[in-house]
Formats: sequence, structure tokens, C-alpha cells
Amino acid sequence: MRKLLALLFGLILAGSVLAKEAPPAVPDPALEKRTMALAEELRCLVCQNQTIADSHAELAIDLKNQIREKLKAGMSEEQIRQYMVARYGDFVLYNPPVKATTVPLWFGPFALLVAALAGLFYYLRRRRSAAPQPLSEAEQARVQALLDSPEERR
Amino acid sequence: MLRARFLIPLAVFAAFIGILAVGLTLDPREVPSPLINKPAPAFNLPQLAQPDKTISQQDMLGRVWLLNVWASWCVSCREEHSTILELARSGVVPVLGLNYKDERADGLAWLARLGNPYQISAYDRDGRIGIDYGVYGVPETYVIDKAGVIRYKRIGAVTPEVVRDKILPLVKALNGNA
Repeated sequence: MRKLLALLFGLILAGSVLAKEAPPAVPDPALEKRTMALAEELRCLVCQNQTIADSHAELAIDLKNQIREKLKAGMSEEQIRQYMVARYGDFVLYNPPVKATTVPLWFGPFALLVAALAGLFYYLRRRRSAAPQPLSEAEQARVQALLDSPEERR
Repeated sequence: MLRARFLIPLAVFAAFIGILAVGLTLDPREVPSPLINKPAPAFNLPQLAQPDKTISQQDMLGRVWLLNVWASWCVSCREEHSTILELARSGVVPVLGLNYKDERADGLAWLARLGNPYQISAYDRDGRIGIDYGVYGVPETYVIDKAGVIRYKRIGAVTPEVVRDKILPLVKALNGNA
């Protein structure tokens, strides 16, 4: 038993001697940061609603590699964005450009908000103008009669 | 007047249902390709069957042809395979394959087992040409005209209906007026 323990202890020690400090996961952290920043803006077409930064789909990994390669080759972020749009269309951009076809997308929500506010304003104004009218004489008389009537009516 | 007012929520509700109903019939996976009416991206790839020979989109200039992106690991490719085979055997239009991110042996075995509709398959091991063609879901099929311009793209399996209603009329038109 004691021998076994000693052996285990020795193995653990040996392990710590052999262990090295972890190398950085990527050779160039600055490049990686730019790659990931750009990947955050691009939609993964395989698993839509994920960015290619988030996605582990094969295509997303390929595209990340493309971005990295192109940044390394000196292409600007804008050039790479255009490269992606030329292949997959505006749909890849999470931040689509304002164009004739994307106007409803950009301004539709504001139009809805304005319409809803206008409706609310109209409704409130109408409610205020429909404030209670003073009672007519006949109504007044009936109210008085009801108030004056003794409890037998119950 | 009063009754009309109570009908407004119902009308809004009906409009909402209408919009949702239309939404159900749309396929969000079908993203319009920006490559339609643009020249087919250039490639010069080794052939699947003969690695020492290459194939390029240039080789097909002057002909209307189909480029079908496929892989042995792709389930929908299997689904459309008989349709593609039938189309290729009819001889109406030459079909070329782009074997996408596949192992050469797997691709060749797949063709040997199921039949080979392709005149030639280009072998795109790392998927770089696939990226140039905007491929994001295999299978994808392109109709390319005599001048080498992409005229139609089908994302997903080609069905007999797509062949009948889209591909054949287009191929006929492209062969007729050019």
C-alpha cells in the first residue's frame, strides 16, 4: 500500500515537472481580436440568427479563416465586408445598409411607433371632449326623487 | 358607429394573422443570391476522378450548363440524386459537379454506388470555391449561360417540379436566343 502511494505521489510530481506553461491559443492576439470583431458583424447562413463568431458550423469556421487570412494579407475590414456581401448578399450583414429595399426594415418600427402615438393622442382627446354633460332638469328631478325616496324601495 | 368601433380590434387581429400566414409560406433559408446575372466565379480545380487533370468554368464557355454542388456526406444530395441523374441522362443540358468538402475516396464511392450524373466533378477539398459561389447549404445548383453568367440558383434539393418549371424552360430559353 505504502509503495503504491509512493508511486502515485511520484507520478504526480513527475507530471508537474513535465507540465509547461500553456502557449497562447493564437499566435497573434491582435489579429484574432480584429477577426472576431468582424465575425461578430456577420450572419452565419447555416445557422441563421447566429453570428459567424458564435457559430461552430463548418462554413462559419471556414469564413473565420477567410477573414483572418484576408486581414493578414492587408485587406481592410470594409473590403472584407464587401467580399462577403458579394457572395452572400446584404443578408450576411447584421448591420444592413440603408437602401430602397431595407427602408421598411430601418424605419418600419418608428413608423409603427408614430402611428401608435397618434392613435393614443386621438383617443385621449376624444375622451376628454366627451366629458360628462351637466344633467338636464328632468334628470335632476329624477335623481332628487330617488335620493328623497324612503327605504321602502329596497 | 359603436359597432364599427368594436370591429377595429378584429380587423387588426385579422391583418396580423394574414401577415403571419404569409410568413409561414416563406423559407428563411432561401436567401436571394447576389450572384444571379453575374459571371460565375472563376475556378481551376483538380477533377474528382482524375486528380492530375483540372477543370475550370472557362472550359464550359459557349454552352449552357448546370453546376451542381454535392458531397457524399450530404443527405439532401442523396434525395435529389435520381432527379439529377434523370436530367443528365436526358442529355438536355450538361451537368458538372462540384464535390464540396469531401474525401476523394468517399465521393468516388458515392458516385460508383448511386450512379454518376456528372460529365466531370471538380474537387473542392477545402471549400474555397464553394465560398466564392456563396454556397452555404449543399446541395446547390446553378444554371450558367453560354457567356458564363449565372442565371439561376437553386438552394436545396432539386425536385422534378423545379426541373420542369424552372430549369428546363430556362435552359431552353438560354439555348434559343444566344
